[in-house]
Amino acid sequence: MFGKLTLSAIPYDVPILVGTFIGAAIAGLAVVGLITYYGKWGYLWREWLTSVDHKRIGVMYIVVALVALFRGFADAIMMRSQLALAYAGNPGYLPPHHYDQIFSAHGTIMIFFMAMAFMQGLMNIVVPLQIGARDVAFPFVNTLSFWMTTISFLLVNVSLFIGEFSQCGWLAYPPLSEQQFSPGVGVDYYIWAVQLSGVGTLLTGVNFFATIVKMRAPGMTYMRMPVFTWTIFCTTVLIMVAFPILTVAMGLLGLDRYLGMHFFTNDGGGNQMLYLSVIWGWGHPEVYILVLPAFGAFSEITQTFSRKPLFGYKTMVYATASIMVLSLVVWVHHFFTMGAGPNVNAFFGIMTMIIAVPTGVKIFNWLFTMYKGRVEFHATMYWVIGFMITFSIGGMTGVMLAIPASDFVLHNSLFVIAHFHNVIIGGVYFGYVAAMNFWFPKAFGFKLNEAWGKRAFWLWFVGFYFAFMPLYVLGFEGMTRRMNHYDNPEWHMWLLIAEVGAVLIAGGIVCQLTQLYVSIRDRNLAENRDLTGDPWNARTLEWSTSSPPPFYNFAILPEVHELDAFAHDKEAGIDTRQAGGNYQPIHMPKNTACGFLIGAFSFVLGFGAVWYIWWLAAVGLIGVIATVIARSANNDVDYYVPVSEVVRIEQEHSHNLMAAQAAE
Amino acid sequence: MAQNMTADAAHAHDEHHESPVVFGFWLYLMTDCIIFGTLFAVFAVLRDQFAGGPTGHEVFELSGVGIETAILLFSSITYGFGMIAAHENKVSTMRTWLGVTFLLGLGFLFMEIREFSHMVAEGNGPDRSAFLSAFFTLVGTHGLHVTCGLLWMAVLLFQTAGKTELNERMIGKLTCLSLFWHFLDIVWICVFTFVYLMGVL
Repeated sequence: MFGKLTLSAIPYDVPILVGTFIGAAIAGLAVVGLITYYGKWGYLWREWLTSVDHKRIGVMYIVVALVALFRGFADAIMMRSQLALAYAGNPGYLPPHHYDQIFSAHGTIMIFFMAMAFMQGLMNIVVPLQIGARDVAFPFVNTLSFWMTTISFLLVNVSLFIGEFSQCGWLAYPPLSEQQFSPGVGVDYYIWAVQLSGVGTLLTGVNFFATIVKMRAPGMTYMRMPVFTWTIFCTTVLIMVAFPILTVAMGLLGLDRYLGMHFFTNDGGGNQMLYLSVIWGWGHPEVYILVLPAFGAFSEITQTFSRKPLFGYKTMVYATASIMVLSLVVWVHHFFTMGAGPNVNAFFGIMTMIIAVPTGVKIFNWLFTMYKGRVEFHATMYWVIGFMITFSIGGMTGVMLAIPASDFVLHNSLFVIAHFHNVIIGGVYFGYVAAMNFWFPKAFGFKLNEAWGKRAFWLWFVGFYFAFMPLYVLGFEGMTRRMNHYDNPEWHMWLLIAEVGAVLIAGGIVCQLTQLYVSIRDRNLAENRDLTGDPWNARTLEWSTSSPPPFYNFAILPEVHELDAFAHDKEAGIDTRQAGGNYQPIHMPKNTACGFLIGAFSFVLGFGAVWYIWWLAAVGLIGVIATVIARSANNDVDYYVPVSEVVRIEQEHSHNLMAAQAAE
Repeated sequence: MAQNMTADAAHAHDEHHESPVVFGFWLYLMTDCIIFGTLFAVFAVLRDQFAGGPTGHEVFELSGVGIETAILLFSSITYGFGMIAAHENKVSTMRTWLGVTFLLGLGFLFMEIREFSHMVAEGNGPDRSAFLSAFFTLVGTHGLHVTCGLLWMAVLLFQTAGKTELNERMIGKLTCLSLFWHFLDIVWICVFTFVYLMGVL
């Protein structure tokens, strides 16, 4: 009846997990209680959970990403603390069984549910506004994507309290991840979470590619698209190319585990190296899927706060496109030691090093944008400059790893860990936080507090160097990754320094939370309100509408004559909004619960399959199919906003604009 | 709201964007193409990993596969006739051709399941060797797609029942399924060539 699921799957004998569960339960009950107390369930359901508005979906993505950040960071600081303690005979406080789950969950959560969710949130909030569109190409698919990501993250967190998570690292290499060596449900949780969230991401890729190709404002040619949109464009191409490969990798591993097939097993002719090739065929493009949007955000922020157009727009676009192509031909550098032979390794090593060229072009473009600009040292700019320094170091250690001969020495050591955190924290995370600070007033109509933003930056920045520079040293000293305890006295001091770094980063996260709290508390102060819709005197179309934008974004679709359309209009004295113009009824999609329902049924499917509760999995699958069919039969999916409503909203914004101008 | 209109009217009056549905479906098909491409690559790596089990020469029966191929190719033609009728707004003709296509698809699936169960019964299931794992997964993924296509076709037949004309949204759905169905045909030609013919000859 319940498959493999028995009471013994509940880890009530592990105090850390029981404590976490109690904490999570109290927090969850508090949230539920507050929503009930204020009677906000209907509002939440109608305005958010079933919304097809890309801005709201974007906000929800980022909320999920922040929750994932806390979960992933809790894992990180537990690992650091374990290694600060578990030295010279002291076993530390995390037994290997638990420790291995923690490092696997940390990587899985940070990539799939922190970074991917954050990135999709940003593209949701920004891209349609930036190209002058009213929504994405497929609004229903958009909410579906969001729910697939969210329920997958839920599945990972359920594994904390029911059963266990994978102990095979964030990519679950076979043969360790095969049934023979991992008979528990941990790897199955991993497979289903990654597989279901992958569906959501793939649909996002299709959706935003179609949006950018088909829905740009009149006059916005490809070479007039803002750089952030360009980077999202390249990212969606990479998503469409890479995520199907991930689907196959997870599918084949699942078939090995569920049906006893022999793709990657030791016996029966299986080939583990095939898994490495397939999973990294996705995995390497994936890091560019994450970092390209960050590059786009840096470009927008740098030009805005340097009060200058971006230096070398065209080279920026070409560099982004070259990175997109090159990222597809470097995956073997993740396993040079596999023994593919000197010629193969040389090819992939050289291709990897070549990626440093377009990336260098970008760094110089940002530097030259700042050069002779009037740089405003806004909190957002701190993250940009911190990124340029940190990412350049990470890039250089990447080139070191790209040399097959040195990779043979550094492979599987903490040097690799230091390198990819150097580029992912310094590039991706700094970029997303900068983007959040930059576009926050657009989404909510008030600015984030600067003082707390700068404090968060300094703690993250300094904390990063404390946490990861020692790992480079430890890599050279021969410490391998994923170690639970050790007895080499030379390593201990460095791991203590790294622990200090983790604590500093914890301080950075606390500052970010405080920043959110303080900003929301002070949102009505005049200096924080954004009445104009253009708080930074920025250059692109999203700033031409109000903050937050009306649900239809633009009452009249903007006309684009130049790159940086809004800056051009401001200089030429053109009103991009065409306020008081000839308003027409606006065609908009209706909200739908189908995305939520398909997500909920997918969760049931995944949970049932993890525990071999086949009737439950069948309920989930049939639920998914039935919801899709029901949705397909529904012809009442859109409506027209009447002109009177448009006029009312637009006039309100015009009043705000005039009041703001009068105040200046 | 007085200005609320039905979806059909809305699509007819849409401002300046043509419906992106068919374009979006093309994009989805390209991602599906990469799934099959990866499965073909996996098959190419594992195709001689017999682990003491049977080779393709021993388990494939080309005559049956040939009939399967003919059925599937023919079903693409009948779907094409259906689309011609759809564009001429001849709903019942379209439904007839779709029905024929459905039966042909069902026949294909029946033959494939019979081949699979025959192999499993002889002890040559997907857990026998890496070669057979790759074979069953590649061909089975195609079969799963055909199953989804049939389900989709049944839904569209149901949704067009009793209709006298087809609106733009329905034409869009029929076009997407048409692309899907022809795509499966192309994939099958690759399966037939690389898996069956090259496995036997």
